[in-house]
Amino acid sequence: MHWLPSDVSTFGPSVDHVFHLILGIVGVWFIAAEGAIILFACWFRRRPGRTASYVSGHNLRELAWILVPALVVVILDFSIDVAAGHAWDEIKLESPKPALTVSVTAERFAWIFDYAGPDGKYGTPDDYWSMAKLYVPVNQVVRVEMRSMDVIHSFAVPNLRLRQDVVPGRTISAWFEATKPGTYEIECTELCGFDHYRMQGSLVVLSDSDYARWQHEHWSPIAAKPSSAESTGVRQ
Amino acid sequence: MSQAAIQRNVLPVEHHEELSFVGKYVFSTDHKTIAKQYLGISLFMAIVGGFTAYAIRWQLAWPSSAIPGVGTITPDAYNTLVTMHGTIMVFFVAMPFLLGVFGNFCIPLMIGASDMAFPRLNMLSVWTLLLGALILLASFFVPGGAAAAGWTGYAPLSARPDLTPAVLGQDMWIVALALEFSSFLMGGVNFITTALNMRAPGMGFWRVPLLVWYEVTASVLFLLSVGPLIGGAVMLLLDRLVGAGFFLPAKGGDPLLWEHLFWFFGHPEVYVVALPGFGIMLEILPVFSRKPIFAYRALVYCALTTTGLSLIVWAHHMFISGMDPRLATPFTVTTILISVPFAVIVFAMIATLWGGSIKFDTPMLFALGGLTSFLLGGVTGIFLGSAATDIYLHGTYFVVAHFHYTLFPVTFFAGFAGLYYWYPKMFGRLMNETWGKVHFWLTMAAFQGVFMPLFLSGIAGTPRRVFAPNEYSLFKAIQPLQVHATIAAVILLLAQLPFVVNFFWSLKRGTQAKDNPWHANTLEWSVSSPPPHDNFERTPRVRRWPYEYSAPGASLDWSPQAERGDAMPATGRH
Repeated sequence: MHWLPSDVSTFGPSVDHVFHLILGIVGVWFIAAEGAIILFACWFRRRPGRTASYVSGHNLRELAWILVPALVVVILDFSIDVAAGHAWDEIKLESPKPALTVSVTAERFAWIFDYAGPDGKYGTPDDYWSMAKLYVPVNQVVRVEMRSMDVIHSFAVPNLRLRQDVVPGRTISAWFEATKPGTYEIECTELCGFDHYRMQGSLVVLSDSDYARWQHEHWSPIAAKPSSAESTGVRQ
Repeated sequence: MSQAAIQRNVLPVEHHEELSFVGKYVFSTDHKTIAKQYLGISLFMAIVGGFTAYAIRWQLAWPSSAIPGVGTITPDAYNTLVTMHGTIMVFFVAMPFLLGVFGNFCIPLMIGASDMAFPRLNMLSVWTLLLGALILLASFFVPGGAAAAGWTGYAPLSARPDLTPAVLGQDMWIVALALEFSSFLMGGVNFITTALNMRAPGMGFWRVPLLVWYEVTASVLFLLSVGPLIGGAVMLLLDRLVGAGFFLPAKGGDPLLWEHLFWFFGHPEVYVVALPGFGIMLEILPVFSRKPIFAYRALVYCALTTTGLSLIVWAHHMFISGMDPRLATPFTVTTILISVPFAVIVFAMIATLWGGSIKFDTPMLFALGGLTSFLLGGVTGIFLGSAATDIYLHGTYFVVAHFHYTLFPVTFFAGFAGLYYWYPKMFGRLMNETWGKVHFWLTMAAFQGVFMPLFLSGIAGTPRRVFAPNEYSLFKAIQPLQVHATIAAVILLLAQLPFVVNFFWSLKRGTQAKDNPWHANTLEWSVSSPPPHDNFERTPRVRRWPYEYSAPGASLDWSPQAERGDAMPATGRH
């Protein structure tokens, strides 16, 4: 379906597959049911000299007209369950070993991304933080560990087919692997107050060489210099 | 014990003395008057809810322009509008309209009783609802305005007074909801007791009309599910007023607890509203098709199955909430399974049309409009019920379009179907058919025009509850969908004017209704229009099930439930 935004994650095709599977199944049923209603309404409209037939659906032979389709619905339901279960497990239950872990803080009304820096440890002088912009390398598993400072937020990147609520009092992890360099929108999709609609960010997916350059420019081995961009720098 | 014996034990023994104006129309214990009071409240609240819809839609289509009649609004005011729209429409329109009006009016009449089991409790329930509605409306005018934490009231946003401007407004929201819950608890007790104990002799369980079955199962479901949320509301109020911290992590609480308490009620609530809506459509379909309802008993079992299943699906609202992800697949299975009883209901409705002699009067048009529209709401639920696709679609306009396609058809299409159908019994006159049809076709077309584009908008990923969807680079290009929905919404609201005029005009000028203008079988059509205070001069004796239409060998194509003999006498009644 061309209304879906372009997919740039490894698990995106699984979500889109389930979406299209359901679309196919319910689409057929929907058209059949609407068609039957419209056809019956036309065929059996009141006409002089014609009376209604007495069909109560009390015996099994008549009941079969609705029970057999219902049985088909049950079977199709379970096939959707299976497909949806596999995709869910891939995205939310399995967590492949990450090449990069970023700590995400949601705070009314901003996204803050903390990198451990060259030493791979948080709480050291070489930590790097970025406001609203999440820089990640392409084709690498990235793990985000998310915390909220105040209310429930939801971390959503439509192009990744990823969404995860961020709940105060918990650390909730998610992962993704972006497959195409580019800049993609990050949204907050849980009502969080006044400027909820402005709680946006960007996911910047960089090619290997661009990511290395970005690391080189921004990740200083000792006390980091403030970066040129106003919105990034070392957290006080 | 025989039915008649039970009936005598619980029949109210009062009234018969001449009632004053106040006793007859204001503090009335008559279920028919109480039904009309619910009608007044729900239609008035629908106007308020409709106005909020207009303001929301205008803001979404043209975020930088002033809303005509409202002015420029702040993002906080927008959050208030969406919060109050949901609260008003679900709790103060859908429930009073579908349960309050049709449950109250139809249950005693359809089972051959003179009133509800507890008429005074019934009166208390409508006055409690009115108090709740007034408090909710008053909250618009207090400093800080009305609640702004969403109709789902997620904590901590709702639990801390410093996070939204609505300090008193949010407290009033909780109190108004608590009063609404109490009102429908009292109503539910009445519905269940009345239907179990006060059925006329001969009205065995398998002769009870489906509307009564569906109203009663909805009441049972409401009683089973609302308790935890009442507890939750008390906890939320304590969090706000004394900083108790049930939902505040800083004090050792957990925001997810509120989500569980809310949705354990919130999802069954959908069926509390949907079942009576379907009950109305199931009454109307056979009458205008002149055929028995197809698979009556299966339809009863479907209502019971839905009731049971709906208590174990709530966490599908919480797939991505941060709850243990291993819970997702079990809740996907139960959620998608609930499509089965609803599929059976829809198939039975379609099968009822087969071989019928269908007349498209306004009630039938609205019933068919409700069925055809609900179908889209039903099938789109599968996308959201399966956890994998919910990751993508959760919190988008797809959800908005989906639940409007379920709730609008059962509330307004089925509700209007019921109102056009029982209006002659309620008020003694028929509504105008031509204007009824105009009302239907405009509503039908405009409704699709509002929510079809929103499905596409949601598939593209647009989040709901945002003040300005065009501020996202991803959705700038699809802003025309929002404009389309808004234009259709304005038409949808204007399309209700023919109804309002028709309603009031017909009260005085409508064609005088006979006892049984639609040639229907259920007991309410065997008494005068409108029925006398105690409904039945003599307790009717029920002789058959309610859907005996076009019976072989009968001289007429309907056979009223209390009529003697296999068929109606050829002379008929009119």
